[in-house]
Amino acid sequence: MLSAPLVLAASFAYLLLLFGVAHFADGRARAGRSVIGNAWIYTLSMGVYCTAWTYFGSVGRAASSGLWFLPIYLGPTLAMLLAWPVLRKMIRIARQYRITSIADFISSRYGKSRALAALVTLIALVGILPYVALQLKAIASGYALLTNGPGASPASGPWWRDSTLYIALALAGFTIAFGTRHLDTSERHEGMVAAIALESVVKLLAFVAVGVFVCWGLFDSPAEIFKQAAARAELKPLMGLGGVGGESKFAGGQWFALTLLAMLSVILLPRQFQVMVVENVDERHVKRASWAFPLYLLLINLFVLPIALGGLLHFGPAGANPETFVLSLPLAQGLPALALVAFIGGLSAATGMIIVETIAVSTMVSNDLVMPLLLRGRRSDDARDFSATPLAVRRVVIVALLLLGYLYFRIAGEAYALVSIGLISFAAVAQFAPALLGGMFWKGGTRAGALAGLGAGFALWVYTLMLPSIAKSGWLSTQFISDGLFGIALLRPEQLLGLSGLDSLTHALLWSLLANAGLYIAVSLARAPTANEAGQALLFVDVFERSGTGTATAPVFWRGRASVAGLQQLAARFLGPEAAQRLFADVARQRGVEQIERIAADAQLVQHVETQLAGAIGSASAHAVVAAVVDEEPLAPADILRMLDEASQVRAQNRQLESLDKLKDDFMSSVTHELRTPLTSIRAFAELMRDDPAMDSEQRQQFVALIVAEAERLSRLVNQVLDMAKIESGRGDWRNEAIDLRELIAHALQTTREAFRERGAEVTVEQSDAVPLLHADRDRLLQVLLNLLSNAAKFVPPGRGRVVVALTTDARAATIEVRDNGPGIAPEQQEQVFEKFRQGGDAANRPQGTGLGLPISRQIVEHFGGRMWLKSVPGQGACFGFDLPWHHQETSQ
Amino acid sequence: MSKHVLIADDEPNIVISLEFLMKREGHRVSVARDGDAALDVIRREKPDLVLLDVMMPGKSGFEVCQAVRGDNALAGVKILMLSAKGRDTDLAKGSALGADAYMTKPFSTRELADKVRELLGPA
Repeated sequence: MLSAPLVLAASFAYLLLLFGVAHFADGRARAGRSVIGNAWIYTLSMGVYCTAWTYFGSVGRAASSGLWFLPIYLGPTLAMLLAWPVLRKMIRIARQYRITSIADFISSRYGKSRALAALVTLIALVGILPYVALQLKAIASGYALLTNGPGASPASGPWWRDSTLYIALALAGFTIAFGTRHLDTSERHEGMVAAIALESVVKLLAFVAVGVFVCWGLFDSPAEIFKQAAARAELKPLMGLGGVGGESKFAGGQWFALTLLAMLSVILLPRQFQVMVVENVDERHVKRASWAFPLYLLLINLFVLPIALGGLLHFGPAGANPETFVLSLPLAQGLPALALVAFIGGLSAATGMIIVETIAVSTMVSNDLVMPLLLRGRRSDDARDFSATPLAVRRVVIVALLLLGYLYFRIAGEAYALVSIGLISFAAVAQFAPALLGGMFWKGGTRAGALAGLGAGFALWVYTLMLPSIAKSGWLSTQFISDGLFGIALLRPEQLLGLSGLDSLTHALLWSLLANAGLYIAVSLARAPTANEAGQALLFVDVFERSGTGTATAPVFWRGRASVAGLQQLAARFLGPEAAQRLFADVARQRGVEQIERIAADAQLVQHVETQLAGAIGSASAHAVVAAVVDEEPLAPADILRMLDEASQVRAQNRQLESLDKLKDDFMSSVTHELRTPLTSIRAFAELMRDDPAMDSEQRQQFVALIVAEAERLSRLVNQVLDMAKIESGRGDWRNEAIDLRELIAHALQTTREAFRERGAEVTVEQSDAVPLLHADRDRLLQVLLNLLSNAAKFVPPGRGRVVVALTTDARAATIEVRDNGPGIAPEQQEQVFEKFRQGGDAANRPQGTGLGLPISRQIVEHFGGRMWLKSVPGQGACFGFDLPWHHQETSQ
Repeated sequence: MSKHVLIADDEPNIVISLEFLMKREGHRVSVARDGDAALDVIRREKPDLVLLDVMMPGKSGFEVCQAVRGDNALAGVKILMLSAKGRDTDLAKGSALGADAYMTKPFSTRELADKVRELLGPA
């Protein structure tokens, strides 16, 4: 046994340590160097799933029914391994729409319904209170055992001398300090997460320490424990998979029900939603947590059965309470230090749960129950400042929750084993599953469906599970259990409609989830979603398609009139004047307007303000208060589809513009380079002549000729860049006239005759006598032909050049080819010659081209529905050709 | 004292002007029309200075510069990079790769001559 002051001092020292860690993490977060931004901390914070219920209760359950403690951990393991993409989607949705709690999530999905938010909050509150009481009970009985020895009653003595009350109040203080720092609850509580992660480490280490002591200190090895237990008739069934009654056959239905229940709880419990979704820093952390969290569960469960069996062997069947084996075994062995460590482990399991759960539930109660009441009946021109209210409400709710939990513990704590209370809570939050999961994957779910399903599921939960458990605790007559309500046998809560043969939990779960899911689907199908519901459904179900590029391009389903001043005033009321000023100044900056008054009060702005308010007071309240200051026009479902269309068009246009911008940048950078090159020569030659008046005239003549040539190149380049820009932007003037291709070729050859003559090249034409007229722009086609001919003239070998121009026709198109006997073009360069600023030929004797001739030619040919190509074998000349169809549709380019 | 200057550029007219300028400064001039040829000449003849164009066929000026600075035997070769791009990032890249100076095209022939004198030290 230990002295009470020692245990109390150790407990408060531990809480102070937590406080220190949380303070440190908050400080680091403010300094921009977050300590929680990694997947390991995220995984450890999920360990808040393991409460005092795990820490003490699992051993108790294992001692009374063997492997039955396992489904509670198999469920989350399966959920994380199989359903992590669901979790990732929840995180994305919550981040995108500043969701602060599970009530917020569900109500937001169904058109930001206040009624739904209130119902979810109510279910969570009623379901969670016993669970909080259970944590207090665990601390209290552990404390009693350590200080008074086995058999002491945890809640003896008057309340003011009850240390549990003071622990509850200390926890309330701690929770307020780290859970209600910011108004915006969609911001993370970094200090809290760091403290929770530490708690997960502490409870794991403490539990493993006790396990190691039992396995290798108390006994020789785990095998020894199992061998001794197998030899005892009353312990043997604990190692099988039988039902609770001790029957040896495997109870598949019960296993399935429990596993499913735990699977749902791991994401639906308010504290799990808080750490896994709201506090998540980075979606990618989910990947690691999907295997690391199951590993954590495995480690913390490894020693459950050995401790349970070891305790039963050590104390005998009627010895100490199995739920306190973790403490009583070290104590009985004269190891008070280990017992104290084990107690601190249990304390950390209990405090972790209480802190996170009360933060989560207080946010829900404040946003979805209290704030709507405070705001009810206020006129929209009421300018009262509410910015301090949500925080104050949350603080009061935290204290109230812990006091209520304490009250529940004082009144009902003795009657029920830890495990049963936990399962009742699980069954309550499991009711969220149809509305939440259905809402994430099915666009047809409606507010009415969700309300009907949740309402029915909750009512059945109360009737088949909650009331019987209260009755069994002695606070109600148990007559309605055995005879049914009003004596009607079909209404017996644990054999509803005559369904028997199931344990009460499986029975309750079956009925409540069946009614819940059935009504959710049936009522949803009965009526098409309203515009509001359909809009939210799209935003939730298709969140990955709609959130890629940030909220700016997400569709906004809103139409109406609003004023900037009204919205700013509203924001000031709930966020405080400074935060509101910052909010609008940011918007003004983003939109590039100078004054807040000049921001357009459009749907985007209304949406933005509402989302910011949602972080402080929840989506449903935010929607309601915004609706009061704007003039909203009702939408029809068809409007939603149209707005969606517009949003995706805007997105597509943005993408197009972005890629055009990039193309333009590349083009400009190339043009700049190409313009600077001739300028460099011109400037250099001019300066050389300026600085050397005595330069001989022959040298001077050469330089002047080079300046002229480079100036010509420069003007060609400028013309072609303009040409290219015109064609590419689709603003080119295209004439459509009848062209005689034979005459066109003759004209082109006439123009280039001098160039070929200088080069000593011979040009021949192959064409038939009569060619039909082609409809196109004559000047543009001449430009193409001249480009091909002048290229040929540049590349043919001096003095022995041979160039052939061939015109052929068929039913579809006319084809013109220009073949030369130049060096040809290497295969790897053949496609490049059509790219802008890629010139053929090697550097030494590259002709003074611009690198735009061929790209422009190809664009012209393609404008008239034709193709342009190059055929060349290096060493055997090049053949450029193009065809032009007789009939074509103008490309819209 | 006459120095050996290598002009590495693929634009014939720019080469003509640079060659004239360097000869007028009293230097011995070699010419390379692409990056690979430039590197060959540098390794073989170890010129005192290279006027190195960035955009050349084959190896770019940056690659040539990197190769030269990676070779201890060529530590004495000064490199003046010339580029028609003239963006800040290019300038930074050039100095990071160990170029001794960087000028954008079009350049002033006087400034270029001054820079070359500065790099080649008191003659």
